[in-house]
Amino acid sequence: MSGGHSTYTPKTGVGRWMDARLPLPRLVYDSFVAYPVPRNLNYAYTFGGILSLMLAVQIVTGIVLAMHYAANTGVAFTSVEQIMRDVNSGWLLRYMHANGASFFFIAVYIHIMRGLYYGSYKAPREMLWILGCVIYLLMMATAFMGYVLPWGQMSFWGATVITGFFTAIPVVGDWIQQLLLGGFAVDNPTLNRFFSLHYLLPFMIAGVVVLHVWALHVTGQTNPTGIEVKQKTDTVAFTPYATIKDALAMVVFLLVFAYFIFYIPNFLGHPDNYTEANALVTPAHIVPEWYFLPFYAILRAITFNIGPIDSKLGGVLAMFGAIAVLFVVPWLDTSKVRSAVYRPWYKLFFWLFVIDSVFLGWLGSRPAEGLYVALAQGATLYYFAFFIIIMPVLGLIETPRRLPNSITEAVLEKNKAGANAAAQTTQG
Amino acid sequence: MSATDSQHTRRDFLYVATGTAGAVGLAGAVWPFIDQMQPDASTRALASIQVDVSAVEPGMSLTVKWRGRPVFIRNRTEAEIEQARQVPLSELKDPVARNQNLNADAPADDLSRSAGEGKENWLVMLGVCTHLGCVPLGQAGDFGGWFCPCHGSHYDTAGRIRKGPAPENLLVPTFSFVSDTVIQVG
Amino acid sequence: MRKGIMSMNTFIRTLAALGVGLSLAGAAGAAEFPHEKPVEQNWSFAGPFGHYDKGQLQRGLKIYREVCSSCHSLSRVAFRTLSDLGYDEGQVRALAAEYEVEDGPNDDGDMFTRPATPSDYFPAPFANAQQAAASNNGAVPPDLSLIAKARAVERGFPTFVFDIFTQYAEGGPDYIYSLLTGYEEAPEGVQVPEGTYYNPHFIASNSLAMAQPLTDGQVTYDDGSPETLDQYSRDISAFLMWAAEPHLEARKSTGFVVMVFLVLFAGLMFLTKRKVWKDIAH
Repeated sequence: MSGGHSTYTPKTGVGRWMDARLPLPRLVYDSFVAYPVPRNLNYAYTFGGILSLMLAVQIVTGIVLAMHYAANTGVAFTSVEQIMRDVNSGWLLRYMHANGASFFFIAVYIHIMRGLYYGSYKAPREMLWILGCVIYLLMMATAFMGYVLPWGQMSFWGATVITGFFTAIPVVGDWIQQLLLGGFAVDNPTLNRFFSLHYLLPFMIAGVVVLHVWALHVTGQTNPTGIEVKQKTDTVAFTPYATIKDALAMVVFLLVFAYFIFYIPNFLGHPDNYTEANALVTPAHIVPEWYFLPFYAILRAITFNIGPIDSKLGGVLAMFGAIAVLFVVPWLDTSKVRSAVYRPWYKLFFWLFVIDSVFLGWLGSRPAEGLYVALAQGATLYYFAFFIIIMPVLGLIETPRRLPNSITEAVLEKNKAGANAAAQTTQG
Repeated sequence: MSATDSQHTRRDFLYVATGTAGAVGLAGAVWPFIDQMQPDASTRALASIQVDVSAVEPGMSLTVKWRGRPVFIRNRTEAEIEQARQVPLSELKDPVARNQNLNADAPADDLSRSAGEGKENWLVMLGVCTHLGCVPLGQAGDFGGWFCPCHGSHYDTAGRIRKGPAPENLLVPTFSFVSDTVIQVG
Repeated sequence: MRKGIMSMNTFIRTLAALGVGLSLAGAAGAAEFPHEKPVEQNWSFAGPFGHYDKGQLQRGLKIYREVCSSCHSLSRVAFRTLSDLGYDEGQVRALAAEYEVEDGPNDDGDMFTRPATPSDYFPAPFANAQQAAASNNGAVPPDLSLIAKARAVERGFPTFVFDIFTQYAEGGPDYIYSLLTGYEEAPEGVQVPEGTYYNPHFIASNSLAMAQPLTDGQVTYDDGSPETLDQYSRDISAFLMWAAEPHLEARKSTGFVVMVFLVLFAGLMFLTKRKVWKDIAH
């Protein structure tokens, strides 16, 4: 919290010298050691740290893969295979990077859902939330372009379909598509520029992450009660308390990550991407990576024209709308109470939303025909209704449960309840 | 030992153990990132090559690429061998053979530079000037051997440096005759 | 509150049941290929301690060399890697030398062929895709280097969820085995296009352009293994899995060390965390 004054006092002469010239140790101390965090954070709050770790893993593995990868349609696929076969530990690095993308998204989805559940986006944290949405958008762009680089069949046809979205835009659509592709279809210029941008974007993500963390440290963290920090007993020092908790969560997360890398490294991938790209043969079903599937389902759910908007443009708008709506969530939620813990109805609709999103993901992997389309339309309707109708209306009509006066009170109440229950059990 | 003391020790032990495990894990995780910088399997597979020299008549040379650099294989004429033998070791700028098949201090006589007893006509050398790494020209220069055009180093018919800035004789890499007509380099 | 959670659980269960019902309906509705799911086999390389059976890989290589290689390339496999199959350096060199590869240009500017060396890759039976197509009724026989990872029949919900826990990653070899053993007469009323062969296990259609490539007794084994279609199919599938994923054993054995370490580390972390937070109610 930059509002609070710094408690850093350099102990050594060198420390004082440095502090007078570049107070970096002070910044680190204030941000990651003395920084007060609510004492009642649960493990859902460790995913910010996990995401930083995953960003680092992706950047480091990506940089070493780039030492062996060649962004040219003639050799791209072969260079990836050489990484898998000949480069020392190459298979490990490549599987880390490929699965790392998926685990990055697993973490970001849990992080976003945690934000939605505990109302982390509400004032005064709107900027924090919007920066998070920007990071998410950048992640999607990075992941999409990264998936093109191995130059497999799914790379090629995924790129073809996704850049095709832009042709739905009236008047300038075709021009934009050609601008992205550097040609009339996905080809060498596309691969080259995607590689360049895939290398660039993670560093932009890192930049926005700095802003995201800055914004976080200005307002302080939310917590499961949604009540702001009021007194000193509400918080604990970041180090060691949050540090050790984050570290434990990271290790457990890495455990699951390692399980995928070493035992089922291709589980989240698509077999077609082990066939080299062929511009003349389309795979039977083109499916994006799993983390895009809900949006893909929304895209394909719009099979009808909406007034002057044809179904193609409608699908693209719906898909982008599904992401854009996240940006305005802070203003859609009218509730005075922040956390779902005290909002029984919101809690119900929130979990329905989670199930709806997963269901959309599954539908995105199904062929767009028959029953699936109708189900996707229903699920899309709920997706948007959750944000546009339920959030504003529920905030006005819902009666929240009684809020504790402070974080400390909530913690002590919980502990007392636990102690009472224990005491009753012994008495009974 | 009091109760608090033993508790204290236990806590310290736990912290040290966790910290050590973390350090070990980090070191293990770093290794693949260093390992990947080493030559890969396809490069290592070409670390030794076999060359068929059956078509190389006396007075002819063959240049092959080995580990990314040229290797000169020359079937020397009697005159070239004789010329090299005549040179007293005291006249040599670099008196050491620079032959990786021999001891490091072997003298730079003609036999030690060649493929050895009975194969004195064969000269196998890395075609890289010991000055700054240019590729010398064959059968050129003041001594009828090799001449490096970059900075004017002259080598004789046994590939020994005689004049110019190069400090050492041309390197004879590890090689052997797998048969009478096939040389394995490396 | 307690009551609320209960009713929500019931609700979620109902929804999940509905989802399963729908998925079954969907699967029945989409009568897609293949008609028959791959037959799951017991592979030595399956599971957390999986390893290749070198004898099996050698038999598979023999089948590739004697049967498959007349139409299918294996372009990403270098002879040097055959040492994984248990061959020593001399054997690898001799095996490579049985193949001619193009090299050059020579001093006259001409390309020439020479016996392959361990650093070379398996030469392709056809010069290019067009020639391959022209010689095979218009269908290009795919390169087999990655086929065991490039073919997998969708597992469907909820099987794919269980696959995470059973570590099922042998969809490729199961598919290849099933395809090779799956040829049969086209059933009554099923029209098969000219020049193709009915196979209910084929992933993309009713029938494929490749005639049944393996039959009982076709390849002679010198290790006494049964010379049957079943055995052949299993051996070539295992060999192709190795060709697609040569570092599988290193992956799984490294994985074991990493997993053991991470479990212990997580345990230590947990104890440390508990100690640090001991006096803080949260």
